[in-house]
Amino acid sequence: MGKIFKYGKDVDTDQIIASQYLLYPTIEEMKTHTFESLDGDFIKEVQPGDFIVADENFGCGSSREQAPAVLKACGIKAVLAKSFARIFYRNSINLGVPVIVCSEVYDHVERGDEMELNMEEGYVSVNGEKYACTRVPAYMKNILDQGGLLASLDRV
Amino acid sequence: MGMTIAEKIIARAAKATEAHAGNIYVVELDHLMSNDGTTHLTIDMYNKLKNRKIYDKSKLVWIVDHNVPCDSPKTAASQKKMRDFAKENGITFHEGDGICHELMIEKYVNPKELIFGADSHTCSYGELGAFGTGVGCTDYLYAMVTGKSWVLCPETLRFNFTGELQNGATARDLILTIIGRIGANGANYKAMEFAGPGMKNLTMSDRICICNLCVEAGAKTALMEVDDIAKAYLKEHGREAADGFVSDEDAVFEKVYDIDLSEIVPVVAKPHFVDNVSPVSEVEDVKINEAFLGSCNNGRIEDLRLGASIIKGKKVAEGVRFLVSPASREVYDQAMSEGIIETFMEAGAIVVNPNCSVCWGSCQGVIGEGEVLISTGTRNFKGRAGDKNSFVYLGSAATVTASAVAGRIVGADKI
Repeated sequence: MGKIFKYGKDVDTDQIIASQYLLYPTIEEMKTHTFESLDGDFIKEVQPGDFIVADENFGCGSSREQAPAVLKACGIKAVLAKSFARIFYRNSINLGVPVIVCSEVYDHVERGDEMELNMEEGYVSVNGEKYACTRVPAYMKNILDQGGLLASLDRV
Repeated sequence: MGMTIAEKIIARAAKATEAHAGNIYVVELDHLMSNDGTTHLTIDMYNKLKNRKIYDKSKLVWIVDHNVPCDSPKTAASQKKMRDFAKENGITFHEGDGICHELMIEKYVNPKELIFGADSHTCSYGELGAFGTGVGCTDYLYAMVTGKSWVLCPETLRFNFTGELQNGATARDLILTIIGRIGANGANYKAMEFAGPGMKNLTMSDRICICNLCVEAGAKTALMEVDDIAKAYLKEHGREAADGFVSDEDAVFEKVYDIDLSEIVPVVAKPHFVDNVSPVSEVEDVKINEAFLGSCNNGRIEDLRLGASIIKGKKVAEGVRFLVSPASREVYDQAMSEGIIETFMEAGAIVVNPNCSVCWGSCQGVIGEGEVLISTGTRNFKGRAGDKNSFVYLGSAATVTASAVAGRIVGADKI
């Protein structure tokens, strides 16, 4: 179980991690600024195993891989959205962060609700209801299962 | 079954006879561009690999352009890491020469190529018939080490242009209008292809501006046919005027839009979304604190000429900062030789070096709480240009320059 942080549509990567922190030497130094402009309480409240639930086009904007990287460093277990922007989606898979398209859950949850994710069977449970998620395509699932793209590279 | 330009480029890169939308292909990359926004992280990941090797260093181009000149010790450390690695490994390297996409277009991109860039505006290369797409540093590293990657072949949205831009409208107004119409995710995962008889009325600078901004509609890439105008550009920049691909007559487009260029009017994108588009005439009471002319979208010589023609003999409004940043050294040199830099300086503008500058919101011209910026930059997200409670409007070089003179948002016809 993890609690939900709920955000709206078109959450861009500048809001996830702003430009002025991107050249910090490490992700650990950047992560305390996650969602700084959007939600100043996020970094105080987030716990490992928590979820982000969002409306359409989550992660639009720049290609900064720092965006999914700081979410991962904050312990976010998965991001569920009605849809994802392309580069954010791909970067997340490459880092081993589950990004799950779920059209229904957004409209039925609030911030702080406790949710459970069943990746294998493709659903989430929250507030006594189950919501089906779209399966990650097999090619990308394989990357996720390995723990990200670089894990496969190390075996080259 | 016919193929689109995007499908033909992916088929070529996959060494396959055909490629079609919806399928995943393993492809070989022609160029790999990376800038100082993420390269320090790429190097850290590279150094943790068991088998460290670069597949083909001649494909790599590394460009320091985001924080130039450097703004802090932390940035200095990250940029030094990039500089040292490039030198040790013989990687083509630029620093202070201009914005990465402008340099790629001026020096490296060729028709039919498939290019990964660790920057979302890598979709800028379509006017040369190349499929450029933005990736993160893990994808970049994988391609740097193996020479390959995987791509999901995109559907194509086709835009047929007729007519000619008029009434003070520019290519910037055209692409903002298109994004406003289809939305910030209207082309998510897709290619945007531009064609039709109106193309002959668009300069290379116009075309770069159009392709560059397509990621703001979510597009994976933007593509155009390589016509005589594109070939002339390649020749002028010392490259072979090679043919590009053309979509087959029976190619499948997900959707086709017909756009009469003569109907486009000057527009701005209002805070905080690029698809929040209105005619300039509807926001003319908005006072500004800062104006910015530059970026990979509108920092070329044509944009500076347009701005200079508007501001010549006038002054920047009192209390307004007007920053001008040519997109590259080549543009800067040209602007100096034409007296354009002088014109801006006489008007009271702050002319800075070629770099991402105000558009990047981190090292130059950062705006404070409650302040309003009008910019030719690429994005107007919340906090993009500085304080989280600031406001960015996006417009053409003409609208931005006119607004700098007026001290409020106005069309160039109003000053």
